[in-house]
Amino acid sequence: MQLDDLYREVIVDHYNRPRNFGRPEKWDIMVEGKNPVCGDEIAIYLTVKDDIVSECHFDGKGCSISIASASVMTESLIGKSLDEVRLVLADFNQLLRGEVCQRCEQYSDAIAFQGVTKFPVRVKCALLAWKTLEGAIPDSGTHQA
Amino acid sequence: MTFDPTKIRADFPIFAAQVRNGRELVYLDNGATTQKPGVVIDAERDFYSTEYGTVHRGIYHLSAVATAQYEAARETVADFINARLTKEIIFTRGATESINLVARTFGDRFIGKGDEIILSEFEHHSNMVPWLMLQERTGARLVYVRSTPDWRLDMIDLRSKFSSRTKLVAITGMSNVLGTINDIDGICQLAHEHGARVLMDGAQLVPHFGFDVRGTDCDFLAFSSHKMLGPTGVGVLYMKQEIGVEIPPYQGGGDMIENVRYDGFTTNELPYKFEAGTPNIAGVIAFAKAIEYLQGLGMENIIAHESELTEYALDRLLSTEGFELYGPKTPKHRGALFSFNYKDIHSHDVASILDFANIAVRAGHHCAQPLMQRLGVNSTARASFYVYNQKEEIDILLESLKQCERFLKHAVG
Repeated sequence: MQLDDLYREVIVDHYNRPRNFGRPEKWDIMVEGKNPVCGDEIAIYLTVKDDIVSECHFDGKGCSISIASASVMTESLIGKSLDEVRLVLADFNQLLRGEVCQRCEQYSDAIAFQGVTKFPVRVKCALLAWKTLEGAIPDSGTHQA
Repeated sequence: MTFDPTKIRADFPIFAAQVRNGRELVYLDNGATTQKPGVVIDAERDFYSTEYGTVHRGIYHLSAVATAQYEAARETVADFINARLTKEIIFTRGATESINLVARTFGDRFIGKGDEIILSEFEHHSNMVPWLMLQERTGARLVYVRSTPDWRLDMIDLRSKFSSRTKLVAITGMSNVLGTINDIDGICQLAHEHGARVLMDGAQLVPHFGFDVRGTDCDFLAFSSHKMLGPTGVGVLYMKQEIGVEIPPYQGGGDMIENVRYDGFTTNELPYKFEAGTPNIAGVIAFAKAIEYLQGLGMENIIAHESELTEYALDRLLSTEGFELYGPKTPKHRGALFSFNYKDIHSHDVASILDFANIAVRAGHHCAQPLMQRLGVNSTARASFYVYNQKEEIDILLESLKQCERFLKHAVG
């Protein structure tokens, strides 16, 4: 086990230059999440057109893993239908449980978080944004914006 | 006897067991819990192996032996904090339960609607939530004393907070976030002048400085075994006898009763009135061994050792670029416990990277969320020291902190 497994270059890059960071002027869905253990906070803003995520932003305070993970999440959701978003969420959860996830290769830099499973106490950090988003996406059926 | 941390370290089996990647364990989370010396571990194992039986019940030999050891432990505790009577020592599950016990008994009995409880801004959740719960039950009011700019209790503000409705001052002896040590004598004196009782949360203070309940004249003192080299699941509540006899029992069950009828009961005498159910007998006996171990080192020596560590740490930490310390920056009236952030790096990242160098520090809000808001941060890292720590470990901490930057270089601009 290496510390580099946790702080992969892409993760550090997303942390230092988070994509889609900051509160947009308009959005359709906003959801907030908190990790009570460390006080990390996140807000996610989605714009949905014709059932497709056209924009996804986030802001908040957090550690490198939670910020980088949120950044990767926003990138991997843009252009996806809400059904596909549910699939991405399920896949990322699977990846963070230490299971094989072939589709994760296609989701921005999501695969870089595989190493986080070697640091069980940090898995929660990596999942903060994703668990928060889960609360905003209806289980199934079409979304009414 | 000279105080030799290297020799002390050898008394703790964990340090030999936890060498990782050739690096010795630098254990700096003593504010959360402390490691155990061999004598404490042995005491618990020996008791279970050779002399185990229940207390206060059996007529047989084993029970008599267990009872004698359990009650001898109570005497050890009474002696350690200079209590007048052994029956003023109540064994609980920990400092948290000790405080909850006072809130549920003394609080429910004597602190009614509109009555006031004075607290500091930097209490641990354990010394806030039981009073918030009491507020919900009875309508009591919580009044918070301000801190000075250098994070000490503002004694002038404390003086102004007393009213005819003040029933209790519930305050920490030493902050688990700031390291601030409060003026216990001054607090007790002020409270008693205003006819209020004092509950001291001694969880952080007692392990490092001991306590003199008679000297301070404090009414309640709560502390935990596991933060002072003893086992988990054992705590102490010191309560003045005059209060103990006046308030209702806490939990109902075995040991706390004198007589039970189908339509009622009478309570046992102190301290058993507050010790319902079979206690953590082995834990209590091993806790007494921990106290004896500390007494063997000498509390005066421990205080001197930690004061030396504090001076050295403050000197090194405050001269480190990017090191933000939360708490008093002078060694007087503060413990060897340092909450910090380093160069805008999140405390979880700091803790993960330090962990790789086999350095254990705490990261998070330290069960003091309102204080985190006052400090204007979401979380901090915390390094807290004890008898087995040495100056060199402060150097190792600082060297390893610089590694954090290597892993998490911020993009400029």
